[in-house]
Amino acid sequence: MQKMLVTFAAAASLGLVATAAQAATLDDVKAKDYIQCGVTGGVAGFSAPDANNVWAGLEVDFCRAVAAAVFNDAGKVRYTPLTSQERFAALSAGEIDILSRTTTWTMSRDTDLGISFIGTMYYDGQGFMVRKADEIASALDLSGAAICIESGTTTELNAADYFAANSLEFNTVVFVDQDEVVKAYEDGRCDVYTTDASALAAERSKFAVPGDHIILPEIISKEPLGPVVRQGDDQWFKINRWVYFALLEAEELGVTSANVDEMLGSDNPAIKRLLGVEGDFGAPIGLTKDWAYQIIKLVGNYGEAFERNVGPSTDIGLERGLNALWTNGGLQYAPPIR
Amino acid sequence: MTTDTAYIRDEFVPERPAPGRAGGPIMWLRANLFATPSDAILTVLGVIFLLWAVPPIYNFIIGHAVFPGGTVEDCRAEGAGACWAYIYARFNFFIYGFYPIDQYWRPNIVFILGAALILPLLIPTAPFKRINAVLFFLVFPVFGFFLLSGGVFGLSYVPTEQWGGLLVTLIISLVGIICSIPLGILLALGRQSDLPVIKTLCVMFIELWRAMPLITVLFMASIMLPLFMPTGTNVDKLLRALVGVTLFASAYLAEVVRGGLQALPRGQYEAGASLGLSYWKRTYFIILPQAIKHVIPGIVNNFIALFKDTSLVSIVGIFDLLNTVQAASSDIEWASPTQAVTGYVFAAFMFWIFCFAMSRYSLWMERRLDTGHKR
Repeated sequence: MQKMLVTFAAAASLGLVATAAQAATLDDVKAKDYIQCGVTGGVAGFSAPDANNVWAGLEVDFCRAVAAAVFNDAGKVRYTPLTSQERFAALSAGEIDILSRTTTWTMSRDTDLGISFIGTMYYDGQGFMVRKADEIASALDLSGAAICIESGTTTELNAADYFAANSLEFNTVVFVDQDEVVKAYEDGRCDVYTTDASALAAERSKFAVPGDHIILPEIISKEPLGPVVRQGDDQWFKINRWVYFALLEAEELGVTSANVDEMLGSDNPAIKRLLGVEGDFGAPIGLTKDWAYQIIKLVGNYGEAFERNVGPSTDIGLERGLNALWTNGGLQYAPPIR
Repeated sequence: MTTDTAYIRDEFVPERPAPGRAGGPIMWLRANLFATPSDAILTVLGVIFLLWAVPPIYNFIIGHAVFPGGTVEDCRAEGAGACWAYIYARFNFFIYGFYPIDQYWRPNIVFILGAALILPLLIPTAPFKRINAVLFFLVFPVFGFFLLSGGVFGLSYVPTEQWGGLLVTLIISLVGIICSIPLGILLALGRQSDLPVIKTLCVMFIELWRAMPLITVLFMASIMLPLFMPTGTNVDKLLRALVGVTLFASAYLAEVVRGGLQALPRGQYEAGASLGLSYWKRTYFIILPQAIKHVIPGIVNNFIALFKDTSLVSIVGIFDLLNTVQAASSDIEWASPTQAVTGYVFAAFMFWIFCFAMSRYSLWMERRLDTGHKR
């Protein structure tokens, strides 16, 4: 009843303060019976149409996980492909409920735009690709090597900073367009190709013999990519944040979509709490008791989603690296569910 | 006795080939390609250019291309040409976008019905023009919309975000073309009007829309408009783009039609008035038939431009033909060096088919309507 009153008050004040009136997103989403998810126009492994013309990818799986938690049905998501210019406006205007579109978490975005970042689905960063035959093992060996780079990007600035900081000789071959950069590297006009590591991997899969090229272990910039929601709706923010944490927690506890039903009988109290066997952690955020069970059952844990979309067994073939759980030396870490 | 009988030849002179210096392929070459030294130089340069340009294009598109049946490994091979196998594999995506696969029969019916209605409309001798026009312009859009979006008569609901590919390109251009004709004609008439309010409004409308690039219009419609409206009111994205494209096209069309109106001699207006015809009858029976005929090339020019401009909707995240091609080029299963280029060649070819058909039809129509104006 109180919620209805709040909604009513919010609706009444719409005419006066349209921007301040944020009705509860959870109620809106439940009323329309689907989640509107903003995605890219096609970035392989993150959000792109698959062979059956269905959206798939690591960031798509996040939206599906939220839908699983809210509706017990991962399919209740509709996708809005957005360009990078319109993504934040679409979120602010309420056209989408979650923006999950390879968006780098930066301070100015988090504080200026009236949006809140949920967490980091993928720790990306700038890397270097070289030909295997050149026998380069580290970015520190790149002094004087010809580097193919896209002009006017942060990529160029990051590389210049890195080379200066390590007193290496910086020798670039600059192009305006990403496709030209790749072509030049392929044709042997330069020894090194640099851009974000995930893009390096995707481009490598297009080469005639992908195995002839390696991505060096050094990552020289921070590009944490994560989902975003509108600022000012704490309930929706917390639902999204804990969906993200549940994905990580499930992997840490070894709960997968395959064994989640067996795990219901587990003696481990942490698993019992995660799956809603013990305690009710869904109610405070407006979800059911088995919200995390549904996520794991329908979408899987973070490791499964990673493996399915961008992991070593896919054509993109990204290693876990920074995206491994903290227990495996990575950065993915979830506060305990208790 | 002298005979006055004239000599009458009773058989034809046998045919002989033309003198070698006046006909035959060599003379043709001399007359057309090597008439002067500068012609000769241009010919040689032209041949060199063709020899330089054609083989690589041929090799890319046909010679070294990978046709349906080929695998992605063939496309990745060194020196492989266009990867048609990839186009074949993703063809459905380019035509229907994200439309659910088990519901493809719905867009198919719309395609077939549209073609079945528009063809007789375009052939002047086909009968039942009035019924045909009513069916195509009034019944078909409504029927097509409900069939595509569903939610009624037991059809599953398919939101417009899932419409895509050629389907959306055709929807946007057809709606743009069909709605902009009456709107453009009314605006042109309004601009010629003696009533100051109507005239001012029409001038303002036309000048406002003509002064903005289509990209700006689409951006305004897709990004700014939702910010002005209260949260929760959600006008469909495709509908917003449709309205934007239509208003934009009608402003341009109005100016083309105005050109035709101004080309008519004043006597035509006066003759109509002296017969006692009202403004609308005069306009409908005397002025417009002549004015429109004058500006057919301009109108078709507008339509072709509009058809190609529809690809701009991709920047507001609507999956038209070009955008599906772009999105599919990140398909990792078909990742190959020629993947993106092949997609663009395919999109260009699809656009060319429609634009070329429109331009040929307008040429033909122009000749048919050409009654005594040929100069």
